[in-house]
Amino acid sequence: MPFAKATLKELREEIKKDRSAIRSACQALGERIGKKDSGIRAYISFDASRLEADIERLVREKNPAITEKPLFGIPVSLKDNLCTRGWETTCASRILKGYIPPYDATVVERLRANGAIIFGKCNMDEFAFGSSTESSCYGPTANPWDLSRVPGGSSGGSAACVAADEAIAALGSDTGGSIRQPASLCGVVGVKPTYGRVSRYGLIAFGSSLDQIGPLTKTVEDAAILTNVIAGHDPKDSTSANASVPDFTQACRPDVKGLRIGLPREYFVPGLDKEVETAVKKAAEKLASMGAIVTEISLPHTEYAVAVYYIVAVAEASSNLGRFDGVQYGYRYPANHLSDMYFETRDRGFGGEAKRRILLGTFVLSAGYYDAYYLQGQKVRTLIKRDFDHAFRQVDVILTPVSPTPAFKIGERTEDPLAMYLSDIFTIPMNLAGIPAISVPCGFSKENLPIGVQFAAKHFDEETMFRAAYAFEQSTDFHKKKAGV
Amino acid sequence: MKVNVEQIALLARIKLKAEEKEKLTRDLGNILSYVEKLSSLKTDDVPPTSHVLAIENVFRKDVQSPQGIIEEVLTKAPEREGHFFKVPKVVEGS
Repeated sequence: MPFAKATLKELREEIKKDRSAIRSACQALGERIGKKDSGIRAYISFDASRLEADIERLVREKNPAITEKPLFGIPVSLKDNLCTRGWETTCASRILKGYIPPYDATVVERLRANGAIIFGKCNMDEFAFGSSTESSCYGPTANPWDLSRVPGGSSGGSAACVAADEAIAALGSDTGGSIRQPASLCGVVGVKPTYGRVSRYGLIAFGSSLDQIGPLTKTVEDAAILTNVIAGHDPKDSTSANASVPDFTQACRPDVKGLRIGLPREYFVPGLDKEVETAVKKAAEKLASMGAIVTEISLPHTEYAVAVYYIVAVAEASSNLGRFDGVQYGYRYPANHLSDMYFETRDRGFGGEAKRRILLGTFVLSAGYYDAYYLQGQKVRTLIKRDFDHAFRQVDVILTPVSPTPAFKIGERTEDPLAMYLSDIFTIPMNLAGIPAISVPCGFSKENLPIGVQFAAKHFDEETMFRAAYAFEQSTDFHKKKAGV
Repeated sequence: MKVNVEQIALLARIKLKAEEKEKLTRDLGNILSYVEKLSSLKTDDVPPTSHVLAIENVFRKDVQSPQGIIEEVLTKAPEREGHFFKVPKVVEGS
């Protein structure tokens, strides 16, 4: 079996048959990284020797309570903003270099408790600020489909390593599209669960009213398996919801008969690449041919979403990043006075995009501007959320493009922050409304670049989201095509 | 909209280099002009959304729960003294 290419589900079957598959898979992925990652740079840290103890323990494990766990022996890679005990966690920022968390994030704890091996830490935009993985202090990650292009972001490393068969599956985080957009650009599946579905304890915070952790995988069913493991209430995150977690793999069935799917007309507008538009509309036609009821709907405040986001998200970011002051961990500039230490540490520790967002956030929260920007942003956020509430009275699922274009060239948008921010125009509204959404491969451009389609559902209705996504995926072959790298 | 970047940077505790100031002033101005479109919406009767879920404050008992990780936390501190993080002198004077 070609282990590096395996899906999570396939590898699980292999491990059930023969325990040595755990070692074979880790070795195959390690070899793949050795050959390919110098060109892709999906990983910030990977060290095969770090895995040895885990592999040894799991291969010898006799307790059926452990060997029957859903991720028994499965290597999972993590975006480098998820805390791992004893393993440097940098957020791709100079200011956190050398930070070794004394604890595991709750999702990491859950992965381990379910038999997974934490495989490697993935590159990302610094503090998840970006849509291209170019703002990382380690340099950009390349798209496995075309190394001159970005993988999307901010979870670009997580998406690229899955697309390049350098990982079986990965976790990322999504504040405005940071899982779904790179999944779309790299031709893999990416899920942003409902706000509150997954504990953020141990996720280095960006926009606390928006952030969610979710999986990046080769198939929809793999994403459902991982969501099962990471979802659920956590006393350590008081924003995690006390909602029961169904078995999402049960929702993965190839049946959309009678499912009401809405296409918001505001998402098919000038600026949307023609090839993307065609692929996404074909996906809707495919689902209609399978018995879904496809209608046009309206989300009238869509055009305001990016503006709201760049007030709310940066305000929360500037507040969350106040803690990086060089006192307790990470980088410190050695100065003789405390004030100099703060100013110099933050100047040298933060990259350009982080500074831009901290300053913008500080500005919109400052006296005299709060009402005009932050308060007005929060009010328009209400209007955007109401659009979705209204739409979900007519339809079960909303189908949209993920990214307005396929992967763009490295360097193409770095000089124009606003152009970069508009990369997330179709994914941001779901974060503002807090609803779950998934990106699934739905085609390729003439240049052989992947295109994704997004399915969004009501709060805590990931089941309907998975059902639509799975039915579509199983009726197509796009997810089987591999990056040429 | 022209932003006084120096004043904002002071509030944010970030020292900026001269060449950064110019670019950031321009970038912030562009972004704020774009965001300006929100002012065209009438929102007098719209409540703000700070959080999308109807959750309430969560309280816990204020009790000690020793984690036993003081040493682990301090090992990687930029500078320490005993069981404390050490920083440059805060209060000036005699």
